[in-house]
Amino acid sequence: MASLLNLLYQCGDSFAFLVLSALGLAVIFGMMGVINLAHGEFIMCGAMVTVSVARLGLPLPVAIACGALVAGVIGIVLERLVIRHLYGRPLDSIVATWGISLIATQGTLILVGSSLPGVGTPFTSVSLGGNSYPVYRLLLIAVAVALLGALYLLFNVTRYGTVARATIALPHMAEALGVDTGRVYSLTFGLGAALAGLTGGLYAPTMTIVPTMGGTFLMEAFATVVIGGTDVFIGTAPAAAVLGVVKALATSWEGQLIGQVALLVAVIAMVRVLPRGVSGWLLQERG
Amino acid sequence: MWRLLEGPQTLGRGRWFWTGFVVCLGIAAGYPVFVDGYTVGNTVYFFDWVFMALGLCLIWGYGGALSFGQTAFFGLSGYGYGVLTTDFGAAHGFTLLALLLSVGLAAAFAALLGYFLFFGRISGVFLGIVTLSVTLVCERFMSQTAGPEWHVGAARLNGYNGMNAMPPLTLPWSGGDIVLFPDIGLYYLVLALLVLVYLALRMLVNSRFGNVLVAIRENPERAEMLGYDVRLYQLAAFVIGSALAGLSGALYTSWGQYITPSSMGLNAAALPIVWVAVGGRHDLTATLVGTLVVLAGFQALTIYGSQYALVVMGALLVATVLLAPRGLVAGPVEALLRRRRPGSAR
Repeated sequence: MASLLNLLYQCGDSFAFLVLSALGLAVIFGMMGVINLAHGEFIMCGAMVTVSVARLGLPLPVAIACGALVAGVIGIVLERLVIRHLYGRPLDSIVATWGISLIATQGTLILVGSSLPGVGTPFTSVSLGGNSYPVYRLLLIAVAVALLGALYLLFNVTRYGTVARATIALPHMAEALGVDTGRVYSLTFGLGAALAGLTGGLYAPTMTIVPTMGGTFLMEAFATVVIGGTDVFIGTAPAAAVLGVVKALATSWEGQLIGQVALLVAVIAMVRVLPRGVSGWLLQERG
Repeated sequence: MWRLLEGPQTLGRGRWFWTGFVVCLGIAAGYPVFVDGYTVGNTVYFFDWVFMALGLCLIWGYGGALSFGQTAFFGLSGYGYGVLTTDFGAAHGFTLLALLLSVGLAAAFAALLGYFLFFGRISGVFLGIVTLSVTLVCERFMSQTAGPEWHVGAARLNGYNGMNAMPPLTLPWSGGDIVLFPDIGLYYLVLALLVLVYLALRMLVNSRFGNVLVAIRENPERAEMLGYDVRLYQLAAFVIGSALAGLSGALYTSWGQYITPSSMGLNAAALPIVWVAVGGRHDLTATLVGTLVVLAGFQALTIYGSQYALVVMGALLVATVLLAPRGLVAGPVEALLRRRRPGSAR
């Protein structure tokens, strides 16, 4: 019973990590067809802003919000300066964002130094069935689920969501109906960057803050987006659930690294079976 | 067969180009006489990387399949060479066999991975991030092999510090093996290999295979409708290009007598992309020239610290993609040719 509970916690923890790693990347890819290789650097940016603000004495939730906000603003600026010129050239945009990632990582290393002092993990642990679980990580699972719900509402209930989905479906038609598609793309890229910043802020108390920390999230984010396909809700979420179980099982069997290797093997095998990702497969099944 | 040395898929043809080629080759052949041993060894180091760049040029520039994970094959082959030569020694020219075996290992791994990727028909962007994930996982795997339980025969993998002290290449010779330390001997061997690979690739891309590959890059659906198996052609290009990355890896390992996991990391993986994109990925000669220039520039900048050099590399990549998407070498040359011969661009 205790080990079952433990496994359930592991799965939930992996699921949260995968969802939070991938959300920003998935929103930008799903809406704009651009893979943002600077995704990890937005996460790093969010984490750095979060610890800096938290060390000023502000409460952690405020600090995390600041991290997301700063990452989002940088995202919008970047979209205006670089990404805007590369729509319709997905391969070039991925290469350009890699250049940005190099500049950001090494620039941070030069300006900030090799590491920032972190902040402690808030809350303690709860004891359940003989094992103790850190409350903060349980909270992260809840936040991951809540974020998925919030994004669903954002894209399906608000005016921005409707306009954004219209822009994705038929950009010229949306433009003809008076939608400023350029602004929609800017906001969407900013949203993706802000989500990445939020992830950085959320995980900041649990990690060491170094300029290359974005790389820690990168592989998990790629795996989830490749398996998920273009739709955040019927792609990313189920992909994260499946991969979360794979990763948790492999990790509890042989440790962290084997968990990642299993993740990669699962991705390559699933790509062979479902070339268009979970969402492509589900959409095909549906009609 | 020699007619394939020039054709529609390569820039540079006619008497002037080949005169220039022979002059360059002559300069390269005479070069070691005029400079000191360190510079010769350093030039060999540059040459070692060019194979990987030419391989990526074939996969990405000609085949249109973006592979971000060429460093995985580089590292695999490098470790392969290290393990083989540490376990079996360097006697009787075994190092050359080890070189071939490690390149074969890289090619076999590329064939396996490529089968899943190309036969799964994953699209361009995904191909990039899956291959990048592969090289990142390889780096993490090798980084944690510090313990004594990680060994192949007598060869310890040594985790983050990597393997070192493997023997350099040796040529079996009647009066005792010739050891090729990074000096004039190795220089001529690698230069000969480079010329051979460059000319062979020129012939490959101008052959029927190369034309089909370019057709696939331009429009995969149309190529498929014409009856070509897109998956097989792309897989073949991927395996050849990855074998060249493996050749770079084995040569690099024998050159410096060390290999570390960071050769497969994120920064290492970015560099081949920079060389090929900046030179001009659609042409072998542009890639060759661009790679050598960028490598030399990178090394000159490293004097100020490698993080500054990497910032410049990133900026160079962004600027190339935005301002000269066909490359800083190939772009101007193509524009010039178009002006001189209107109507017959490229």
